Amino acid sequence: MVKTFGSFLIFMQSMLVRKERFAVLWKRTIDECVLIGTDSVFIVSVVAAFIGAVTCVQISYNLISPLIPKSTIGYMVREMTILELAPTITSIVLAGKVGSSIAGGLGTMRITEQVSALEVMGINSASYLVLPRIVASILMFPLLVILAMLLSILGGYLAGTLTGAISASEYIEGIRSDFIPYNITFAIIKSIVFAFLVSSISAFKGYYTEGGALEVGAASTGAVTNSIIAILLADFVLAAILL
Amino acid sequence: MIEIHNVQKAFNGNAVLKGINCTFETGKCNLLLGGSGTGKSVLLQCIVGLMKPDLGSITFDGTVFTNNKVDIRQEIRRKIGMLFQGSALFDSMTVYENTEFPLKMLTPEMSKEERRDRVEFCLKRVGLENAGNKMPSEISGGMKKRVGIARAIAPNCTYLFCDEPNSGLDPATSIKIDELIHEITHEYGITTVVITHDMNSVVEIGDHIIFLHKGEKLWDGNKDQILTAKVPELREFIFSSSLVRAAKRVDEESEGGLEALANEPLSEV
Ligand SMILES: Nc1ncnc2c1ncn2[C@@H]1O[C@H](COP(=O)(O)OP(=O)(O)O)[C@@H](O)[C@H]1O
Ligand SMILES: [Mg+2]
Repeated sequence: MVKTFGSFLIFMQSMLVRKERFAVLWKRTIDECVLIGTDSVFIVSVVAAFIGAVTCVQISYNLISPLIPKSTIGYMVREMTILELAPTITSIVLAGKVGSSIAGGLGTMRITEQVSALEVMGINSASYLVLPRIVASILMFPLLVILAMLLSILGGYLAGTLTGAISASEYIEGIRSDFIPYNITFAIIKSIVFAFLVSSISAFKGYYTEGGALEVGAASTGAVTNSIIAILLADFVLAAILL
Repeated sequence: MIEIHNVQKAFNGNAVLKGINCTFETGKCNLLLGGSGTGKSVLLQCIVGLMKPDLGSITFDGTVFTNNKVDIRQEIRRKIGMLFQGSALFDSMTVYENTEFPLKMLTPEMSKEERRDRVEFCLKRVGLENAGNKMPSEISGGMKKRVGIARAIAPNCTYLFCDEPNSGLDPATSIKIDELIHEITHEYGITTVVITHDMNSVVEIGDHIIFLHKGEKLWDGNKDQILTAKVPELREFIFSSSLVRAAKRVDEESEGGLEALANEPLSEV
């Protein structure tokens, strides 16, 4: 465990020495951003909308006291999605999508000697292959999380009004009451930390794959499992520190 | 000229290279010959710097490569072209982009037009002028090797390394790839090192042959000397193929049968 962590740190450091030209890395980063975006925008949207909808329906089911105003439902949907559900669930979904694709992609490049081909050309393969993926994740995760927040709240609105649990004006009143902007900042900080964890852990797993196709599959699964555990741990730590 | 001096390498106490001394001559196809698992790929990886030898040194035209300063190693690396056993083409790029890649990365000062000319020249040289837009997954094994060669020679390499360029190819394609490597070597006067366990390659392109056996160099010479070499392990290696044994049997069974066969005209392939 300690040894793995040590080699992880060495891996991170190797990425930062002997870097390629900025223009090359920047172009690779943009390519990766597009890939992450197009790959995951659909699944993130679907998950976010349904989570918002389910949250809304379940809260209204639990809120039976006539003393509590209906707008509380809207308020609670907003608080839950912004603080926890949007950043964490989205990142877990992305761990499955982006993490497995990073680990699988790098693992395949490793076992088919494409990594060696880069090294023979005198290119620092870690910096060329991994750095753009990590930076792209750090850029894209927050955007996808913000999208997820909006869609969750929208999903809650649709579910609430369509099932008749809450009226449109009550819901909107709820989501506009007692808004704390810092919660958004907190969610974005979370998503940046999760982005770094998912991309670097998956890259580490994929980059050091040895063997054949079977090991690439194992690296992908390992990347997803480890990323999710890391997300949940970090979620707890960040909440303890920053809230 | 590449000089290998006392190169040793072990994995977990298991010695794979036991002190190799040899030289690879400029302008020649130097073959590393030996059975599977004798450490040929490990030696090649030590030479190109993908692996660090435990002991010994490697010198490229007088410049020490092993344990030298990063700048100097980098300088040498930029002169190295390598064809990998599985071709190792970047599978997200087309044939054209694969060939252009080292130019983009290593010679940023080159203009777009110069780059295009160079890529087109290299693709034409390996006979793939019409395949530039194809993806690696769409082309045959032989074509992949050609792209690998084009990518290796694109930045005007001084040293060309090929790890089993014939693996996975049919005999006719193998011969064509061998010939291509041989022609390129002589055309540009580069130092070429080819790993092989294929006797066809040996008699075809073996300007200088080094025979490895269990991590040791047992023989070196050229293709005219190899058939009469006295080293038992080498003779075992050469004459162990079923074709040679079958030919011997025919020869023994019918007096002069082999000669009669050899004198028959070959049909055009
Ligand atoms: N990275 C490695 N780790 C451990 N053992 C290795 C490694 N690479 C090669 N070997 C061992 O070294 C020996 C020689 O391998 P290799 O050079 O690939 O043989 P070949 O001559 O067929 O190319 C084999 O027994 C192989 O198991
Ligand atoms: Mg080999």
